[in-house]
Formats: sequence, structure tokens, C-alpha cells
Amino acid sequence: MKFKPLPKWLGLLPLSLIIFLSGCGQMTVLNPKGPVAQSQYDLIMYSLWFMLGIIVVVFGLFLYMVVKYRDRPGRDESDYDPNLHGNTMIEIVWTVIPLIIIVLLSVPTVTTLFDLEEPPVTENQTTEEPLVIHATTADWKWFFSYPEQGIETVNYLHIPTDRPIEFKLTSADAMTALWIPALGGQKYNMAGMMTKLYLQADEEGVYDGRNSNFNGEGFAAQTFKVHAESEDNFNAWVEDIKNESPELTMDQYNELLKPGLTEKMSFSSTHLEYVQHHSNEGMGYTVERFRELYGEKLHLDADEVEHQETFD
Amino acid sequence: MSAEERTTGPLEYRTEAGRMSILGFWIFLGAEVVLFATLFATYAVLFGRTADAPHPAELFEPSMTLIMTFLLLTSSFTCGIAIHEMRRGNAKGLATWLIITLLLGLGFLGAEIYEFVHYVHEGATLPSSAYWSSFFVLAGTHGLHVTLGIGWATLLLIQLARRGLTNVTSRKFFIVSLYWHFLDVVWIFIFTGIYLIGMVI
Amino acid sequence: MALDEFFVTGEPLIYAGMVSIALVTSAIIFLLTYFKKWGWLWREWLTTVDHKKIGIMYILSALVMLFRGGADALMMRTQLAFPGLEFLDSQHYNEIFTTHGTVMIIFMAMPFLIGLMNIIVPLQIGARDFAFPFVNAVSFWAFFLGAMLFNISFVIGGSPDAGWTSYTPLAGAAMSPGPGQNFYLMGLQLSGIGTLATGINLMVTILKMRAPGMKLFHMPIFTWSTLVTCFIIVFAFPILTVALALMTIDRIFGAQFFTLTGEGLPMMWANLFWMWGHPEVYIVILPAFGIFSEVIATFAKKRLFGYNAMVWSMIIIALLSFLVWVHHFFTMGAGAFVNSVFSVSTMLIAVPTGVKIFNWLATLYKSRIEFTVPMLWSLAFIPSFILGGVTGVMLGMAAADYQFHNSYFLIAHFHYVLIAGTVFACFAGLVYWYPKMFGHKMNERIGKWAFWLFLIGFHICFFPQYFLGLDGMPRRLFITNIAEWLPLNVISTVGAFGMGAGFAVFVFNIYYSYRYSEREKTGDAWGHGRTLEWSTTTPVPFYNFATVPYVDEIDPYVRMKEEGKTTFDEKKLKPIHMPSYSGQPIIMMSFFALASFALVFEWIPLAIAGLLGGVACMAFRSFDYDDGYYVQVDEIKRTERKARGL
Ligand code: HEM
Ligand SMILES: [Cu+2]
Repeated sequence: MKFKPLPKWLGLLPLSLIIFLSGCGQMTVLNPKGPVAQSQYDLIMYSLWFMLGIIVVVFGLFLYMVVKYRDRPGRDESDYDPNLHGNTMIEIVWTVIPLIIIVLLSVPTVTTLFDLEEPPVTENQTTEEPLVIHATTADWKWFFSYPEQGIETVNYLHIPTDRPIEFKLTSADAMTALWIPALGGQKYNMAGMMTKLYLQADEEGVYDGRNSNFNGEGFAAQTFKVHAESEDNFNAWVEDIKNESPELTMDQYNELLKPGLTEKMSFSSTHLEYVQHHSNEGMGYTVERFRELYGEKLHLDADEVEHQETFD
Repeated sequence: MSAEERTTGPLEYRTEAGRMSILGFWIFLGAEVVLFATLFATYAVLFGRTADAPHPAELFEPSMTLIMTFLLLTSSFTCGIAIHEMRRGNAKGLATWLIITLLLGLGFLGAEIYEFVHYVHEGATLPSSAYWSSFFVLAGTHGLHVTLGIGWATLLLIQLARRGLTNVTSRKFFIVSLYWHFLDVVWIFIFTGIYLIGMVI
Repeated sequence: MALDEFFVTGEPLIYAGMVSIALVTSAIIFLLTYFKKWGWLWREWLTTVDHKKIGIMYILSALVMLFRGGADALMMRTQLAFPGLEFLDSQHYNEIFTTHGTVMIIFMAMPFLIGLMNIIVPLQIGARDFAFPFVNAVSFWAFFLGAMLFNISFVIGGSPDAGWTSYTPLAGAAMSPGPGQNFYLMGLQLSGIGTLATGINLMVTILKMRAPGMKLFHMPIFTWSTLVTCFIIVFAFPILTVALALMTIDRIFGAQFFTLTGEGLPMMWANLFWMWGHPEVYIVILPAFGIFSEVIATFAKKRLFGYNAMVWSMIIIALLSFLVWVHHFFTMGAGAFVNSVFSVSTMLIAVPTGVKIFNWLATLYKSRIEFTVPMLWSLAFIPSFILGGVTGVMLGMAAADYQFHNSYFLIAHFHYVLIAGTVFACFAGLVYWYPKMFGHKMNERIGKWAFWLFLIGFHICFFPQYFLGLDGMPRRLFITNIAEWLPLNVISTVGAFGMGAGFAVFVFNIYYSYRYSEREKTGDAWGHGRTLEWSTTTPVPFYNFATVPYVDEIDPYVRMKEEGKTTFDEKKLKPIHMPSYSGQPIIMMSFFALASFALVFEWIPLAIAGLLGGVACMAFRSFDYDDGYYVQVDEIKRTERKARGL
């Protein structure tokens, strides 16, 4: 059979690749704004070189074989060997090299994993002492409680730059995940548990944060903005909230726990005394109270999510 | 499918179909091992998560579980004798010992039902807590297996009465005996893993 | 329950679905009645225990499911490329991605491969049927009715909407009330039991029914992959059975395994699910590897390179596949040590996988490649799958996975492995063995169109998704509400429709080839067959082999051809024992399906009645001593002479 040359326009494919790659600079994960995201970025880039190497080798061999050994009229019979079926040497080589690559990938993975369990340490930190923020989710909103400052926000987050943030994650109902890609990878919020996530912002700015783990109808709208600002601005903001926002009463908190969407809010007290969602006793708090509400549908469509966003 | 028949060896192994069924059943038991292992794993993970329900140590009674263990272990033994009789070509012995086995199995089931009812009266129900859910489902799955085994063996006894000992009936009895011994082994794990540990901790 | 709660209402798309289901059903009933085909359908198909026919039914159902899953996919892609259309609302989108994932993995990929195994494995080892043909029919009906049960959720009761992973507590009774999630549980349970039975059945078949002389290490590689897959099935599926049962008991009988009350432990579901789920992804990729190995060796016209390494790497992959499940939730906070262990075990799987890739490349070395359609699918697999494999390793690096998890990067990874691996293999295998099944090839020219459309569409669809993931786009999002994400989503959607077009051309090719393809005259349709399935005539007689050849090497048919041997040796003919057809499997499983349906709506009395009916069928079967019949030598002679034109 005749080998047909590939269609010409296929040449455009690599071109599109270049277009993609030129966009890399803007891609959030590849544009880290803090030490945690930075260490993950470093790990990704490090692995990427190996992967590109593997791809080049395999693609190269593949093209070579497919082009050279295609069945074409008048091909030299001497390079056709239908009974060739093994070669111990080469088989050992292509087992050992991948193994070595795995070792080379494992080492930085493991060290990074252990590093991420501790608050990041960077040069221009104002303090190494992490700022503790409890991040609690309920269908489909975020509660950020600042126990030291005694304030709480709903659906938006302020953090000081150059200081590690220790997020204590839990959920009032479904499993969710806190993900601020510009600052670092995610971790789950689970009722009946408390997980810990360290992040830090090096640059001031407003970043996108969201729940990244599907949890039902309002999932798309469960986003928040992260305002990373200098320590002074942060403290001023805290003062503002303390002075101007109302206290969060238990009734109001219960009201907020009902499944549904809410706008941004701030309070000069936290919900932490009312219920411990991460404890065995507290994990059923929400579903026990509002069981019948979960069956109701929001009929959420794109418009409403947009509407929700305008609060940000 | 080859229907060549050997003329020696146990009846159930003489045809290829018989050998394949037995191998298939062994593999099936492998899957059953995974099934029970998963249930045991959930039980272990949920151990202690009793919420407001009573603690197992308050409810488990050594005497009751010992009786159940005795009944089931004995039934495994009589089941072994039944197969031994079958190998000797003694259909009557097979039937007699198998019936004894099934009666012991029924006794076990009765004790288990009594036990479950007792726990429910004490407030330890399936929905009462994660721990009790896993208890009832693990022990109940075993009990359900025993029930099915009794029903199955009863059907085989009828077939034995109608057809006598053939390649096919002896294969079926052999397989049901494998099943029965397997349930016995599972019970030993339940007895130690659930009852003994539950009474101590 | 009121009728308007029973039927799904209020959605134009669903009304359209109902109407078309009603139309298609009545059309089928009408045609069957008009052409008086009911008896034929019952005698030849519904009651069959012939592995070849059961295989064909598996593949047909899988193609229908591929259509359904594909339609779901195109709806999702349309929504994401044109968020302004408001084509789907959130709830509807959630239902669609849930059914898409479930249908594609459970009701498309697995049955497609099991269908090919059904047809080919007995032929490759020189067997006349499965070890337990009756059980094989039971398995098929369990799968089929499970699939139908899952699919009617579309019009009755409402679809599940918690994702194919159905994480609790979201999927529990408190947060997902109603029948939707029960459809998922019962549909998977029913078909899962069928799969488990098939696993046992095929394992015994392969271990016990090989041609005389054929050792395990003489077996064709596809049969090997099946054997290893069955091992995974037998050890992984019971975990799924338990997990589904526990969630069912939670939802229907109020137990507290995965609940937020009663000190339940929702995270245990994730563990159980992936303890089955990760082996499951290897259940659908190992047979694919087997198919590629067969096709590549055939059309490279060369022995497979590194047969032993190929087998051992599959065995190692199978064992490792049970030791990596935690990589699906590195972000659950199990701690650095646990994540490190599972990171390394995950990446280790890449080593045997890499060995396989190199062996395929080495098979091409000094070969003579013929670019037939099955070969094209197999060749395209190598570079495409590499992209999925290396990104898998990146995901396996737990610290980096914190950024990839739940994002489109993950979506791109598993579509690269599942489509370029499993789906390409299904197409390659179907086209490759098509002449064996239906007595004619599929048209090559149309086949190439389907191939190129699908391949290019596939890359255009999924390659951009890696970058969407890196830009922070999460999976399961029903709108593209961040402007920067829109362009790549539009590109992706274009690719998806390309794949849709490729599939349409593929299906058209089935029709076209049925009408116009030349009928096969020999058993060795491609002229380069190496294994026993090519040594019988086409169409394959119902008893497969008149005489089973003696085999003591890999690729026995190569030598048979050289020596002029066939599977028809008049001197050695003996009567052949065959199993009789039976209506019991479909009836038995219909009772269990009825029970499952009743459980979906929590109608306990009906469920009990159905269960009792099923158990009664089993008891009935126990008393059924029909052990088949013999095909006489005369009939074999007549059949073979006619088929061989003697
Ligand atoms: C080189 C070998 C592979 C490695 C190292 C690997 C690694 C991974 C990892 C770490 C994840 C979890 C990522 C996350 O959730 O953050 C994942 C997800 C997944 N992989 Fe792979 N994988 C490999 C091959 C395969 C193959 C061959 C298949 C199937 C044919 C497959 C199918 C999947 C699926 C379906 C998911 C995601 C399921 C979901 O969350 O819905 N992978 N893979
Ligand atoms: Cu996995």
C-alpha cells in the first residue's frame, strides 16, 4: 500500500502549540505570587523538562520507525526481520532509565511535600508567626474567621502580604476544597475534620479563590476574591471591620448555613464559639437542621452566577 | 467443552466440566474474601464511632457468641463428614450428615436473630451509629450467606433424592461444602475480630 | 408517588428525549412485528449462550452507550463554549457530567472490551465456548439491564447529579434526596455483578480450556491481557459491590456509614471508591494494550518484541494498581509521609508502562508496516498515550498535584489515557476483528476518514484543557465565566464536534460496509493473521473449531499456514459437545432488574418480590440438568466443506 503524506495543514498544529505556550506567562499556576505556589511551580517546571525529554525521545523513535519501516514498493529486504523478538540489553536499558527518572522526580516531590506541611519561610517576611484563618464552607459560600482579630467575613478574604497564613479548613456540609491557584495548591474542607493549609502572598493584589471540589448546584458560584495587602492596610481593614460591622449572632449564622447563595458580608465576631463543624458532635449540625432544604433546587443559570460575581 | 470422563478419582473431579466448576468456585471464594475483607476494613475504621448508642462492650455476651461459634464450628465438622460419606459413595450418610449440618446452621441463625433483636431492644440499631451500621452489615452479610447456604443445600438434598450420586450431584455437594467451610472461616474472624475485641475494648 | 414526580418534567430537552425514546421503541416493536422477527430475536439472540453472539450484543450496546455518552459530552462542550446561550442550567449540567462519566466508563468502555474478549479469547485459545456459557449470558443481561436501568433515570425519576465518583456526603440521602442517586447505585450494582461473573468465567476459560499443548506463555497477548484483567476484576469488583451496597443501605435503610450524623465517615467512601476505581482504570487499559499488541504485530508483519516483558509488565501493573488509590485524593490532608509513599508507588506504574511503549516501538523496528485502519488507530495511540502518561506522572507528584487536582489538567490527563488508550483500542479491535464477526471488512477509505476526524478532533479537544487547568479552571464547572478561559474552551468544543463527526462516520461505515463490502472467503481476512482466531473459517461456525490444533509456540497460525494445516482434519473429527440456548438468563436477570428498579424508588415490597423471583429462577436453574447436546460428525463435515469451498 502507498504511504500517503500527511495533509499539509497539519503543520499548523505545532504552530498552535507555540501560541499556547506563549500564553504560559499568563497562566495562573505558572505565574506564582507566593512561596507555596512558587515551590509547586518549580516542581512542575522541573518535571516538565523530563516529560518533554520523554516526549521528544518517544516521538522521535516513533516517527523514525513509522517512516523508515513503512511497507513501500522496492524496499530493501535486508532491513526486514520478521523474527526479531528480543534483546536483553536494550530491554534492561529501557527499564532502568525510566526508573532513574522516577527517582529523580521522587526526591524533590517528597521534600516539597514535607516542606508544605510547615509555614513557608521567606526573606522579607514581616513575621514568621502565621496568621490563623478558619476557612469554613457551607453550601455555597465561604466563611473566613480571624480568631485573633475577632472578625469574620463571608465570601471574601483579606490577607497581609509577606506573612504565612495558616488556613484551618473545615466544612459545615459537603466536601469542598480551598484553592487560590496564584498562591498555591488546594486542600479539602471536610465536616468532622480539620485540615491545615499554609499559603502566603508575596505580592499585593487581588487573586481568585474558589471551592474547587464539586459540591452541588451552587458550585460555580462558590468563589471569592483574595485581597493581599500590606500589613498596615490589612490592620486598617481589620480595624474598620471591627468598628463598623455588626456582630454575627447565632441566629444569623444558622440562617447563613442554609443552602443557597449570599453576598459578601463582614462581622465583628466569629461563629467559632457556636459550633465546631470539625468535631464529631458538630459535623451533623447543618444537615440535621436543614435537611429538607437540600432537596430544593436553585435553578441556577449563567446569569445568576454573573450576578453573584458582581458582589465580588 | 469436552465431555471425556475419567474413571478414577472422586466423582466430582472426573469430568472437565466438574473441574472447571470447582476452579470457578475457588475463584469466586477469592472474590468473597475481598468482599468480607472490605467489610472488615470498614468495621475497623468505624470502630468506636458509636455516637449516642451503647458501646459494644456493654452488649456483647460471651455465652451467646460462644454458643454460636460452637454451632457453626460443629456444623463445619459434620459437613466434612458428609463429604467424606459422599466420597465413600454413601448417599444416605451424605444426606444424614448434611441435614445435621443444616440444623446446626439453623440453630446458628436463630441465635444470631435472637442476638440482633436483643441489641435493637437495647438501642443499638442499624441507623443508631456508624459503628452499629458496620456491625450489623458485616455480621448480617455473613448471616445472609448462611441463609443462602441452607437454602442451596436443601435444594441439593432434593436433587440427591431424585438422582442419587452422580458426577453432577457430587460436584454440587462438594462446592456447597466449600462454601460452608468458607463461611465458618469468616465466622472465626468475626468472632475474634468483632466479639472478642469488642468485649475487651 | 404522583405521576409528575415519577416522570421528569419541565425540561424541553428531556421532553424531546422522551418523545424520541417512545418513537424509537415503537418503531422497533413495529418492525419486529411487521417482519415477524420476534421469534427470531428470541431464539437467536435473547436466549443465546454463544460467546460470539453475546460479544456482539455487548459491542452493540457499548456503541449505543458511546452515542449516549457522546451526546452528553457535546451538550457540555456546547454549554462551555457558549455560556451566553444559557443552554444548560447548573443542575442539568451536573446531571449530564455525572451520566457522561458513569456511562462512558461502566457502560461503554468496559462492555466494549468485554465484548471483544467474549468473541476473541475463546477463538485465540482454541476453545469452543466459555467455561460457563450460561453464566456468560447471565453476565450480559446483568450488564445490559443495569445499563438500561441507569439510562431510564433520564426520563423517570431524575438523573444522578453527584459526579461519577459520587462522593459522600454530597451523594448521601441528606444532601441528594430522591431516586437519582439510587439509579447510580443500583445500575452499577447490577452490571458490576455481571462483570465480576465474567471475570471469573473468563479466568476459568483461559486457565482450563486452552488448546492442547498451549502453555500460558504461548498465549496470544490479548488473551494474556484478558487474564490479567480478570484477576483485577475479581479482586477489585467486590470492593465496589460493598461500597455501593453500603451507600444503598445508608440511603434507603438509614445506616450511617458515609453520613454526617451518627459519627459516619464520609471520607471512607472516597477510599473504597478508589480502591476499586484505580484498578478499574487498569481494567479498561490492559485489554487495550493487548489489542494494540495484536494489531501492531499483525500489520508490522513481525513477531511482537519482548513477549515476556509485555506479559510481566502487565502483571506488575496489575499488582501496583492496587497500591496507588490515594493519589486520587492527595489533597485530603493525609500528611506528607502517606502522600510520599503513594506518590512513589504511582510514579512506579509508569515504568512497566514505559517498557510496553518501547516494546511496541521495537516491534516496528525492521518491520514492514501496512497502514490499515486498525493499524492507524494503534499507531496513533503511541504518541497520544504518551501525552496522557507523562501528565499522569506529573499528577502523581503529590506536591504538584495540589495545583492540578480537580482542574482541567486532570480532565485532560484521563481523557488522553482513556480515549487514546481505551477508545482507540476499541475501534482498532472492532475494525481488526470485524471480518471475523460479520464476514466482511469495514471500508478502509471511510474508516480513514473516521480515524483522522476523530484523532485530530481528539487532540484539538483535549490538548487545550491542560492549559485551562494550569490557568485555574476547575472541573465540573457549568459556565465559562472567566473571560481568559473562553478561547481555549471554544477550541476544545470545536475538537469535540470533530470527534462527534468521526464517530458518525464510523457508524455510517458499519452501514456502508454491510451493504457494499466484499464478503470474506477465507478465515484469514488480513492475510497476516498470527493467532488461532484467524485459523477458523469466516463466518466462524458456532462450534468454532472442527478440530483443535496442537499448539506449542507463540503465534501458532504462522506455522500452520506454512505447513498448510487447518482446523479441519477429517480424520480427527469427533462429535462436539455444545451448550443449549436458554431463556433463563434474561428472565432471571429481569427479576433482579425489577428488584433494583423497585429499590430505586424504595418500594420495598416490590423489591422483595423481585428478589424472590430472581432467587426462584436460580433454584429452578439448579434443577435444570440440561447439559447440552452433541454436534455430529456429519454436520461438522457439511458445515466445514461448505465454508471452505471444498
Ligand atoms: C502512567 C500512568 C498513570 C499515572 C501515573 C496516573 C496518575 C494519575 C493521578 C495521580 C490521578 C489523580 C489526579 C488527581 O485527581 O489530582 C489520575 C487520575 C485519573 N487517571 Fe490516571 N494515571 C496513569 C494512567 C492512567 C490510565 C492508563 C488511565 C485509564 C485508562 C487513567 C485514568 C485516570 C482517571 C479516569 C482519573 C481521574 C478520575 C476522576 O477523578 O474522575 N490514568 N491519574
Ligand atoms: Cu488512579
